[in-house]
Amino acid sequence: MAILETRNLTYTYPFAENPAIKDINLTIEKGEFVIITGPSGCGKTTLCRCFNGLIPHFYGGNLEGDVIVAGLNTREHPIYELAKHVGLVFQNPENQLFALTVEKDVAFGLENLGLPREEIHRRVDWALRVTGIYDLKDRAPFELSGGQQQRVAIASVLAMQPEIIVLDEPTSFLDPLSAKSILESIYQLNRELGITVILVEHRLDLAVRYANRVIIMDQGRIILDNSPREVFLDARVKLIGVGLPKVVRLYLLLREDNVDLGRTPLSPEELSDLIVGVLKSDKS
Amino acid sequence: MGQNGAGKTTLVKHFIGLLRPTRGRVLVDGVDTRNASVAELARKVGFVFQNPDHQLFSETVEEEIAFALRNFGFSEKTIKERVDWALNLLDLTRYRKTSPFMLSGGERKRVALASVLAWDPKILILDEPTIGQDAYQKERLRHFIIQLNQQGKTVIVVTHDIEFVAECEPRVILMANGRIIADGEAREVLTDPTLVKEASLMPPEITQVFIRLNDFGFPRKVLGVYEAKRLILEYLRGRAGK
Amino acid sequence: MSVFEGLRFRNISSPIHRIDPRAKFIYVCILFAIAVLFSQLIPLLILFFSQIPLVIMAKVKREWLRLMRGTMFFAALIFITNMISLYFYGGYPSLLSIIERSVAMTLRFIILVESFSIFFATTSPDMLSLSLEQMGVPYEFCFAFITAIRFVPVLAEEAQSIMDAQKARGLELERGNFIKRIRNYIPILIPLIVSAIRRSMELAEAMESRAWGASKKRTNLYTLKMGVKDYLFISISIIILVLSLYVCFFVYIPSLAELIRFG
Repeated sequence: MAILETRNLTYTYPFAENPAIKDINLTIEKGEFVIITGPSGCGKTTLCRCFNGLIPHFYGGNLEGDVIVAGLNTREHPIYELAKHVGLVFQNPENQLFALTVEKDVAFGLENLGLPREEIHRRVDWALRVTGIYDLKDRAPFELSGGQQQRVAIASVLAMQPEIIVLDEPTSFLDPLSAKSILESIYQLNRELGITVILVEHRLDLAVRYANRVIIMDQGRIILDNSPREVFLDARVKLIGVGLPKVVRLYLLLREDNVDLGRTPLSPEELSDLIVGVLKSDKS
Repeated sequence: MGQNGAGKTTLVKHFIGLLRPTRGRVLVDGVDTRNASVAELARKVGFVFQNPDHQLFSETVEEEIAFALRNFGFSEKTIKERVDWALNLLDLTRYRKTSPFMLSGGERKRVALASVLAWDPKILILDEPTIGQDAYQKERLRHFIIQLNQQGKTVIVVTHDIEFVAECEPRVILMANGRIIADGEAREVLTDPTLVKEASLMPPEITQVFIRLNDFGFPRKVLGVYEAKRLILEYLRGRAGK
Repeated sequence: MSVFEGLRFRNISSPIHRIDPRAKFIYVCILFAIAVLFSQLIPLLILFFSQIPLVIMAKVKREWLRLMRGTMFFAALIFITNMISLYFYGGYPSLLSIIERSVAMTLRFIILVESFSIFFATTSPDMLSLSLEQMGVPYEFCFAFITAIRFVPVLAEEAQSIMDAQKARGLELERGNFIKRIRNYIPILIPLIVSAIRRSMELAEAMESRAWGASKKRTNLYTLKMGVKDYLFISISIIILVLSLYVCFFVYIPSLAELIRFG
């Protein structure tokens, strides 16, 4: 079942001459883990804003085509209604936390929805546990590390129990280990709770192993849309200037010299296993 | 290199006198930083901060680049020459009269860099230059840094982007909890899993692959994709030859 | 900076922290009233020292000391202006009584600051906004208040980093005449304002994405309820006020100068 669908989506920001995204036709099924990537300015962030109605309700501008999320046309429903279905996590953790305690921050959306107090407590505790920050409940968000802050941001959209979580470069301010552990947690939400994940990322090396689909954008359009193992085999990836993970590059380089490892590796572990496989089979 | 909060930025701020040592001393090109103002040190040390929005304020890109030159008291003629030179160097000439606030994030970062390079400091410090940059921008930055270094500039980059560092192969200083825990060639430091872990980083992807291939007699200290390819092909051909 | 440190909320647990903000606010108001009621040194001294047990109970001694040190400049200013004006216009009998009066006036100021300090150091801004909300202040105002407090340290850090970035480009803030010095701050103010605007846009986006304005009847995770100890605290405060009023109007308070002369 399609949980998110865009039809001929084109959007131009107010006062802009050219559209930021052009003619996007995209269908995302329930439970998918989709990575959207592409060079700076390719329209990734703009697309994210279309998914929860920030475009057009917050930004104005000219929206053509339709975005249907969980059966709701974003044009006809206000952001706060869409927020129950789509959670948006932003790049800079600092600017999406406003309360003075982690608990209040996670409760913020639920308070806005006017849910009963007991229900809020229940959901906040649940979201804090799922994201592994229950112990930070009473701390002030600005005292936390970047990785912890990003977990608070994820918990605060998770508490609204959305079907889809959209994350716009959530790891770009984080060091590699924090980035890795955040991505693992996101994958866990996808796998264990069945939440559809749409992840905008530059850091493909850490993220791509979790995705079942990679969408590559350039100049406001979707150029490629395929499984991670297939998508990197397309020569256009290099031309667009997407940073291939090193393991994929090594795989492609070996293939040029007729050493075929069988499938595109998505992590160093996988690549070394594939190489071991070739070395052993060669021996026999 | 090191985790956020390891003390990297704190350390490099000492190199330009923004922080002064509580104990010990810092010598920059022979000058004790305790005896020089930030402005005096800045003539020798160009410091490009992580967030370009923390320094851009002028109406045009041209003015932005001229700002430091005016502070340092260059003549109008020299200022014009240097601005032209810096605009050209970072491919910003067409934005000369544009407001820096109208530019994209990557371009703003370049303006910030140009505004520092304009006075041609001997030493260049870049704080987290790869954050928020895409692959193409990083590639350009890498070439640019290497070029500056070859022209004789000392370049200090603060980063936790290990793949970027693996491609540059510089001298690497690892920090953790405010201390230096390693100092050596990238090939030695980044391929040591214990050290890298201590600094809360991960070895480069290719290194991770070769650490796992160690049983087959491959070397451990491998950083780049091309040498990795060469090693694997040699191994296969060597065996085919037998 | 050190002055504001004394007004910063300390997130610890103490009997004073647990008192309802509204009760504490009434107490602060009463303290204010008493301080204004008396102009003699002795009652003001008693008032000043009677706060110290509260400070100790609230475990905010260090903040309190810092604040006292921070107010020294203003205190000295008030003392000197009082001395001068009383000397020329006061018609006081002796220098001693002028000094006594000036010290009293200074002490009055310190008591006001002191009570503020106890209030803010022991009341979390969250609780404060909650009590404002329950007193009928619209939620939007309370939210703005909380956000402002939340971003003070962030903005302070940002200002520092902007200053560093401009100093690294040769900006010398202390150089030149008065006008030039003011102009020196332009390269600091513009980036600060620009990033504040960017930040507020991002905040607004995040708020919208978290169902801001979804329901007219917004739930609050916590509510404040006045308990026995809060009513007790208010009652004691009122008793002290009544006593003070009585003393003020019906009891003769000698000045220190008189005590010294006749004692």
